[in-house]
Amino acid sequence: MAELRTEEMVLNMGPQHPSTHGVLRVELVVDGEVVVDAIPHIGYLHRCFEKHAEVMSYQQIVPYCDRMDYLGSMNNDHAYVLGVEKLLNIQVPQRVEYIRVIMAEFQRIASHLVSIGTYGLDIGAFTPFLFCFRDREMILDLFEMTCGARLLYNYMWPGGLSHDLPPGFVEKARAFIKHFRPAIKELNELLSYNEIFVKRTANVGVLPADIAINYGASGPTLRGSGVKWDLRKCEPYSVYDKFDWDIVVGTGEMGTLGDCWDRYMVKVWEIEQSLRIIEQALDTLPEGDVQAAIPKRVRPPVGEVYVRSESPRGELAYYIVSDGSQKPYRVKGRAPSFSNLSLLPEISRGYLIADMIAIIGSVDITLGDVDR
Amino acid sequence: MSSADTYFKNIGKGFWTVLLGMKVTMRHLFTPAVTIQYPDARMPIPERGRNRLYVNMDDCIGCNQCGMACPVGCITIETAKSLPTEDLGVTSTGQKKRLWVTQFDIDFAKCCYCGLCVPPCPTECIYMTDVFEFSEYDRDKLNYSFITLTPEEAAQKTEQAKAAEKEAAAKKAAAAAAAAAQKAAQPQNVTPSQNVTQPPAQSIPPAAPRPAPAVAPAPQPAVKPEIAGAEAGQAPSVTAEPQGGQKVSSPESVYPPKPQEQATRAPQELKPNDNPKGSAD
Amino acid sequence: MHNFITYYIGAGFWGSLVSSIIPLVFILPFALVAIWLELKISAHMQDRVGPMRTGKWHGWAQPLADVTKLIQKEDIIPAAADKALYILAPALVFVGAYAAYAAIPFSPAYIGSNINLGIFYIVAVSALVVIGILMAGWSSNNKWSLLGAMRTAAQLVSYEIPSSLAILAVVMVAGSLNLNDICAAQSGWFWNWFVFGKFPFLFITFIIYFIASLAETNRSPFDIPEAESELVAGYHTEYSGMRFAFFYLAEYANMFVVAAVAAVLFFGGWNSPFGTFLSGPVWGVFWLIGKGMVLVFIQIWLRWTLPRFRVDQLMYLSWKILTPFALVNIFAVGLWVVLRG
Repeated sequence: MAELRTEEMVLNMGPQHPSTHGVLRVELVVDGEVVVDAIPHIGYLHRCFEKHAEVMSYQQIVPYCDRMDYLGSMNNDHAYVLGVEKLLNIQVPQRVEYIRVIMAEFQRIASHLVSIGTYGLDIGAFTPFLFCFRDREMILDLFEMTCGARLLYNYMWPGGLSHDLPPGFVEKARAFIKHFRPAIKELNELLSYNEIFVKRTANVGVLPADIAINYGASGPTLRGSGVKWDLRKCEPYSVYDKFDWDIVVGTGEMGTLGDCWDRYMVKVWEIEQSLRIIEQALDTLPEGDVQAAIPKRVRPPVGEVYVRSESPRGELAYYIVSDGSQKPYRVKGRAPSFSNLSLLPEISRGYLIADMIAIIGSVDITLGDVDR
Repeated sequence: MSSADTYFKNIGKGFWTVLLGMKVTMRHLFTPAVTIQYPDARMPIPERGRNRLYVNMDDCIGCNQCGMACPVGCITIETAKSLPTEDLGVTSTGQKKRLWVTQFDIDFAKCCYCGLCVPPCPTECIYMTDVFEFSEYDRDKLNYSFITLTPEEAAQKTEQAKAAEKEAAAKKAAAAAAAAAQKAAQPQNVTPSQNVTQPPAQSIPPAAPRPAPAVAPAPQPAVKPEIAGAEAGQAPSVTAEPQGGQKVSSPESVYPPKPQEQATRAPQELKPNDNPKGSAD
Repeated sequence: MHNFITYYIGAGFWGSLVSSIIPLVFILPFALVAIWLELKISAHMQDRVGPMRTGKWHGWAQPLADVTKLIQKEDIIPAAADKALYILAPALVFVGAYAAYAAIPFSPAYIGSNINLGIFYIVAVSALVVIGILMAGWSSNNKWSLLGAMRTAAQLVSYEIPSSLAILAVVMVAGSLNLNDICAAQSGWFWNWFVFGKFPFLFITFIIYFIASLAETNRSPFDIPEAESELVAGYHTEYSGMRFAFFYLAEYANMFVVAAVAAVLFFGGWNSPFGTFLSGPVWGVFWLIGKGMVLVFIQIWLRWTLPRFRVDQLMYLSWKILTPFALVNIFAVGLWVVLRG
């Protein structure tokens, strides 16, 4: 059959492809429909975050952090303000930390909902996508009533929060959780355990744990491979150590450990864990003034700090260098999507083009996070 | 045997999960929709909603705190000192107004609605409203002017302040020219000393030193020097050409503010009042 | 009286012309109604409301507006396209769908052409669609389109086998390839329908036919040739304007063809479900279209429920599940017919 073999074809997937989750371009070398090699090309959404940060005051960088991973704005801000507070060496009131955790976990759910919904879309199921967005809108309503914005919040400031929780927030949050739990069950019925979906995702894009670690993968991508690594538990920041919850990892239930289904399902299960954290935080929410610790002028002493946190996509870190002025000397963002994306060639060789879509979706990248 | 087993099991599972999914979608076919018919029905905007900014000029003292807080530099404020004989009144918070605000532009094409300009305002005259539908076909029309002075008035106030300043400068120069020169050079002196105290100087290649803030290639060079001037406590550097006839909206149209008709993006390319209907189209 | 038109006008040129135009008159409104139904049903399944404005009442005129838009659009032919094939392809696809209507018995009094090989003719003519799609994908000179076309060819050719085997089982029971005769064989109450006959074999046959027909019409979960999230619309990526509308129209026309064939083969065609209640030539049209629409609804329902198969899984389903089952079925049904009549 050797004489039947024809030459390979180079296929450009993106940057305007519906399933590359933004403006990712993947250069596919295909033999028929089999992917021989996949080379991701990034940079189409580069917005010079780090350079901008050099000419901004610490406070002004927060809106820019929002825009890094625009699906996880709260988590981006959380990591950044933790870093600035560490530089400033200030203690924020407990209420601030609790509210931050509530917001960050809601954001995680919202981000996972987008990820799950668009993943369904990639696989061809349209309806779960809109169910997910319906529930995400409710979370965004909560955010909007708290800080006035639905996507880019600028809610967490160095030293505090822009607003305290509005009256009625706690009740509304509880009502959402009550509505949302059955919705996850429904999602599982409709998508997660659907035989076609399982067949499309199980045993596809298998990522062994050692390769994941070698590439610096983190978040659900790493946990999907069975590695119990979550910074909220392993290196607790903020007040995460006060809550009772579990790290969920992939099980290999439907196929091989570390396949697309595991990566997908970890996100579904994580939503439940986030709900647990939110419930506990709402129950034990302390009183206090959320703006008490906001410094008049953010002028950290000379020094540098590296702070990392668990964003919905993985390990999000900031390296902030202060020269003692009102503006940071350097802010470097360590984006989880970037590292996770670098896995793509490794786990997509030998699969079909249709699987390629499933793999890109399961790695769950935000191009804003990759390019910054 | 076992492979035949899984074969039939798979078929059964496939059918069963398909039916489960169909049950879910059928149930939703008869649940009421969650969406609304947007222009007819609207979602309530919460009290804290961050949408278009509004400036209550009656209370504005021209301090440029908002302009400095803005991370994208979309607020442009120019002021002119009032003469001692003029009374500008007081703000609702009881603060005495001392400056004529000859330009207060917010470019909503640049604004990122972060709300950072709101808290610094000493008189709480800049705030976010619930207006979010203000699309324009011409980007320049998104540059809103909030000043209450007519263009002629603004030009006149600027001239007047300039004259007063010149007078004062002449007096001062006669008194102590050297001192004034030293004072003018002050803002530049601040940054080199900052550079010296940089902590990780050894880890950062000296070939790429951080640009001094005062001369930084900021995204909005038109705004930055002004901020630097205001920081140093000087009288704002007032130039005559940008304001001349820029404002077309009438002073009494306070709310909602009318967009500026004329391009302000490149005032040097346009002659004032050359094309009051807008030049881009 | 199999065609009231030829009865009145005669079987000459005019009679043929009129009876051939009737399906076209039906297809166009049907496609519009089906598109509207698809929009509304999918919307409500997803907790939305769908189009609400065009034409005031629940956006009923939305498909009309869409068609008007498509007619007005610029007809773009890519510079590197094979022009002749590119232009011919949508026409061929539509002809494949349209020609099938000739043999569908809408009522005892109206069948475009009452040929003895009715069902065989429909199967054969539907195969034209494959050629049209292949032409479209090839002539577009687009890698994605070509992939889509290749997938379609593989898919349609594979699924014709289980679908034909399923049809064969019914033909054995009815003893005729003529669709009108097949309908007549199921007259009376609804338990006479073939779907309940020779239980459960013909029911399984129906399931097999329905799944295969979904694949033949490129409907989800078998929409891999156009897979919008993979191939960016596949074979019709490069088409615009009215040529695109032809593909669109052909898809909906095809949907009804397979639904109508399923209705005829398994659900009694133009027969009333309740004996002589509301039966007759005029009500026959109502019953056939009604049954067809119910099946179309199930097609839409499935589309908005299920994810998409992968190419190899599609082949697996066809060759390793549907075809063996269809063969076993046909054997069982044949045995039943031979032993017990």
